[in-house]
Amino acid sequence: MTDVTETPAPTRLRRILDSDLFYAFRTSPVALISALVTMFLILSAVFAPLIATTNPFDPASLNLMNGFTPPMEPNAFTGENFLLGTDDQGRDVFSTILYGMRISLFVGVTAVVFAMVLGIVLGLLAGYFGGWTDTIIMRAADVQLTFPSILVAMLIFGIAKGITPIEYRDQMAIWVLILAIGLSDWVQFARVVRGATMVEKGKDYVAAAHLIGRPSFAIMIRHILPNVLSPVLVIATISLALAIIAEATLSFLGIGAPPTQPSLGTLIRIGQQFLFSGEWWILFFPACTLLALALSVNLLGDWLRDALNPRLK
Amino acid sequence: MLSFMLRRVGQSILVLLVVGLVAFSMFRFVGDPIDNMLGQERTLEDIERLEQQLGLDRPFPVQYLRFLEGAIQGNFGVSYRQGREVSEILLERAPATLELAAVSAVLAILLGIALGVYTAIRRDGFVANFIMSTSLIGVSLPTFLIGILLIYLFSVELNWLPSFGRGEVVDLGGWTTGLLTASGLKSLILPSITLGLYQMTLIMRLVRSEMLEVLRQDYIRFARARGLADRTIHFRHALKNTLVPVVTIIGLQLGAIIAFAIITETVFQWPGMGLLFINAIQFVDIPVMAAYLMLISVMFVAINLIVDILYAFIDPRLRVAGK
Repeated sequence: MTDVTETPAPTRLRRILDSDLFYAFRTSPVALISALVTMFLILSAVFAPLIATTNPFDPASLNLMNGFTPPMEPNAFTGENFLLGTDDQGRDVFSTILYGMRISLFVGVTAVVFAMVLGIVLGLLAGYFGGWTDTIIMRAADVQLTFPSILVAMLIFGIAKGITPIEYRDQMAIWVLILAIGLSDWVQFARVVRGATMVEKGKDYVAAAHLIGRPSFAIMIRHILPNVLSPVLVIATISLALAIIAEATLSFLGIGAPPTQPSLGTLIRIGQQFLFSGEWWILFFPACTLLALALSVNLLGDWLRDALNPRLK
Repeated sequence: MLSFMLRRVGQSILVLLVVGLVAFSMFRFVGDPIDNMLGQERTLEDIERLEQQLGLDRPFPVQYLRFLEGAIQGNFGVSYRQGREVSEILLERAPATLELAAVSAVLAILLGIALGVYTAIRRDGFVANFIMSTSLIGVSLPTFLIGILLIYLFSVELNWLPSFGRGEVVDLGGWTTGLLTASGLKSLILPSITLGLYQMTLIMRLVRSEMLEVLRQDYIRFARARGLADRTIHFRHALKNTLVPVVTIIGLQLGAIIAFAIITETVFQWPGMGLLFINAIQFVDIPVMAAYLMLISVMFVAINLIVDILYAFIDPRLRVAGK
């Protein structure tokens, strides 16, 4: 069977460049700026090992004498200069932010992908089969929605931490965090996909697919799924901003990324200890990075929601 | 109406049963409490004694029944970490959280409605625009950063307000309150602003958009034509009709305030239930986690139930359509 969705690369690029969505993107300053900031932050996180002046987690490169160097001033003992200063252990704040953002983004993106896959699968099943499948899945969603998702994530983190043997807890913390945030976030996806699936199910093309004997599984994945994806994209973008903030919150509270693998939230937690003694930069720069990241992704999601909403056109 | 209420009550009980099952599974399957309490150096006798003491040697159904029986009586066993009755610890911590949540809620409601009305009436004014754009920042800042920002400004730089704890408290027959002492009140200011800010912006934006909607209606134009004072129109006629959705949001946000108190309490080292819960997660103290979960679910479910039933009373259309 030939695959109709596969078009040659140049044509596809042309189609993207000519699309309404790209036009809306090109002409919206908010979208352009937030996309630029997001891309810049993501790229600097991905290429952190190339950009960072030191590897902050390599004990050999650390010099305790460099501790508490203010930004842009030479250290009193070693005379070394650091762009954004150093923390108590002499780690370069600029480098820790780059590596921290890596972990924040990794946790955020993986958690959202996990939530998305889970939500899409459950939403498709509920919407397509209806009946008992639908009742059970959607009741579970209702129960979970009774609670704010950050509370659900905290609870899942606590339970998962309890199940992990003590000696693996620090290594597993990142994965436990992804599991907690992902599981706390699937309901949004499931609800939207279920609603859209119920609409699509009644259309002629699904009946036609039935008629030529396509199995239910293939109809769901190959035929219905592509038609319900655009709201999923919007939710995914907004969820990413929320997941990054949720990760930072959990890590800040001390129930997330461990100090050995600090995310932006962990860095803020560490920085808070030195706020009272006047070393403001240890907290200030990670906090600004977190804000820039969350805000730009959020604005991008808001713009995408408006751009894809047919009622606003 | 009665069947609607009964169905809602039934749903609420179902939610509580599910949460109860989660809480019990936590007790039964998560972590090894013996490990947590005894640490590395322990003897077999120690382990056996503790197992008997905690009831961990009984068969599964017996433990389950014991749990249900205990939960209904508010008995969640002994904290693994503190070695005290969980209910006792929770009762001791509850006043701090409830006081903080109540003050934040009142602050959010009063300021939210007042600012919402103001920004709706002066919709093009400079101050109103300023408030609206500031509120955007308030929504996107994570709670813990707001808390840190306030601490830095008012405790570290200006040294006006305490940065942690409840200050002096007065014991009123088991209920400790910080509302009666000067230091208690001062300690309450920063945490309650931190906790209430998000809800305040939410209420403000809702009241504003509802007010703008209502102010366009014909009966407002007629009221103006009749020559009624602006004050009367805005408060007697317009505000009153915006309150139905606002009441719903306020009701639902009360639950969120109690949940988000966890974050605020950690930032300000406020000795409430939220801080207890975070510490319980850090040390995998299952009885405390389970008890907190049950307690907060009862609160949430009760709030949701009351809001739904209130709403059905206010808006008759919902009584039939409710699914």
